[in-house]
Amino acid sequence: MKTSALASIPRHFLLGVLTVIALAPLIFMVLTSVKSPDEYSVNPAGLPKAITFENYTHALVDLPTLRWAMNSLIVTIVAVVISTVVGAMAAYAISFGSFRGRTTLLSGSIAAIMVPPVVLVVPMFVTMVNLKLINTLGSVIIFYSCLLVPFCIFFLYNFFRTVPAELVEAAVVDGAGPIRTLFSVVVPLAKPALVTVAVVNAIWAWNELLIALVFLQDEKSRTLMAGMTLLQGRYVTNQPLVLAVATLSILPVALFYLLSQRAFVRGLTAGIGK
Amino acid sequence: MSDHVVTPSAVVPSGATADGRGLATHKPRRAVWPYLFVLPAVVAIGFGFIFPLISVVRNSFYSGTFYKLTFVGFDNYKFMFQDDVFLTSLKNNLKLLLTVPIMTVVALLVAVVLNDGIRGWKAYRSSIFLPYILPAVGIGLAFSVFLQYNGGLNAILRAVGLNSLAVDWLGSPTWAIWSVGAVVVWQQLGFGVVVFLAALLSLPPEVTEAARIDGVSWSQLQTRIHIPQIRTAIEFFVVTEAITVLSWVFTYVYVLTLGGPGNASSVMEFYIWKNGFAQGSVGLANSAAVIVLLLASVLIFAYLRLRSRPETQARGL
Repeated sequence: MKTSALASIPRHFLLGVLTVIALAPLIFMVLTSVKSPDEYSVNPAGLPKAITFENYTHALVDLPTLRWAMNSLIVTIVAVVISTVVGAMAAYAISFGSFRGRTTLLSGSIAAIMVPPVVLVVPMFVTMVNLKLINTLGSVIIFYSCLLVPFCIFFLYNFFRTVPAELVEAAVVDGAGPIRTLFSVVVPLAKPALVTVAVVNAIWAWNELLIALVFLQDEKSRTLMAGMTLLQGRYVTNQPLVLAVATLSILPVALFYLLSQRAFVRGLTAGIGK
Repeated sequence: MSDHVVTPSAVVPSGATADGRGLATHKPRRAVWPYLFVLPAVVAIGFGFIFPLISVVRNSFYSGTFYKLTFVGFDNYKFMFQDDVFLTSLKNNLKLLLTVPIMTVVALLVAVVLNDGIRGWKAYRSSIFLPYILPAVGIGLAFSVFLQYNGGLNAILRAVGLNSLAVDWLGSPTWAIWSVGAVVVWQQLGFGVVVFLAALLSLPPEVTEAARIDGVSWSQLQTRIHIPQIRTAIEFFVVTEAITVLSWVFTYVYVLTLGGPGNASSVMEFYIWKNGFAQGSVGLANSAAVIVLLLASVLIFAYLRLRSRPETQARGL
């Protein structure tokens, strides 16, 4: 059998090859970003003979990279905060309250997680035009927040229901209302889950392209992802510059990942079962 | 699930029993707070999902611009299914479906090897998972340069004497969509590894021990004992990735090929974007969106059934 033959091959070889494949395009990107355009045209794949940071200065000083990054940061933070608060309140009500439509809301949220945004973007564009929000960060923030709420509900519900009901009841008996119970009893216990949900959603919002591209057509109002796509056509012959901006867009995510890997793994494998 | 409901509401008189069910004897007035707590979420889902879903279905029977629509019945659908660009796009999405079994098999292989407790498995897992969380635009730009005819990959191929393999990965009508598929695999593979590994690590060690004592070979241990036990995780991954390649690959196509050369690497999402926002054929954008929605719904239904299985629920996080 194939697998038994494989067991005898050094497993490190298989994993080593995959690691190289996973990292090679990223290494290529970083190496290209420190070459001059002239050097890149004669030496696209090798190590740079002379390292230059000119592409980065160009990207940060002459191009609106920082402005786009700031827009992305604002959109990400605001959308994550809004969706987490809205989702946490709903998840709390689903876990500890009784109301009509409770199971519908829960299964509706699970289904909504998988609805492709491309199906929603055309009517949402019309709505945003009518609300006069096109070319404002508000349009993207509102839509992102809506799109992130279902995952927050699903994920936080799964955590909240593991919180012992006695703790919640004790708080209620002590006269705490639902808002105080949520924020002073459940939220402190649910910190790891809240961090996870925020991390996963922040990555999603930072990386999103389609909605940003459609809603933010004005160059200055773009997010980093939507802005970067402009460079492709504009700097066709300056690959090192384009890849310097690409490196800048990936760097915060990669650092964030290294710092919060556990949260990622937990968030992305949530509720899968064996 | 429903036995989990308790009613720790402020409106419950303090003398009420702690057990939610017992409340019936006290006949408290129905708690209002849960409705207030879910209200913002319901508004968000209504505004962000339900309203656009209804609009897109209704507008798929209309033609015209965003502001002036005329009813045309099924004309958009009729036109679309005779439109070569749409048919190419649909075919390309189906071609991309082939990446799903490839990713599943490779990811399973990697996961079972990592599960053996190989030295440095955490470092391997971290680097293989890294591509998954990076922005598709950033890595798409990197690949758009890497895969150029005179880019990094072909320079390497030529340097090792494989000149005949150095094709125009993104500029050839035959190769472009497969290059997109390769980038999708490159980015999504790590997700499969992490999902499968998490499931494998949660298996009870006793079964593995017992099998080892019985002298089961490594391959039998994997194929007969480990892999059958993580079936739900495999199904979850297959469904998720099928939805991904049918309806979440816009970014790759937009950055890597812009649907080209010609429309050779267009996908349904790209068709929607192009008709809706570049060519002003809003009716076609809407009818194509309905087709994507129908295809996705089948998979979402499968996904819902997976999520609602008792063993999935029991595991919680």
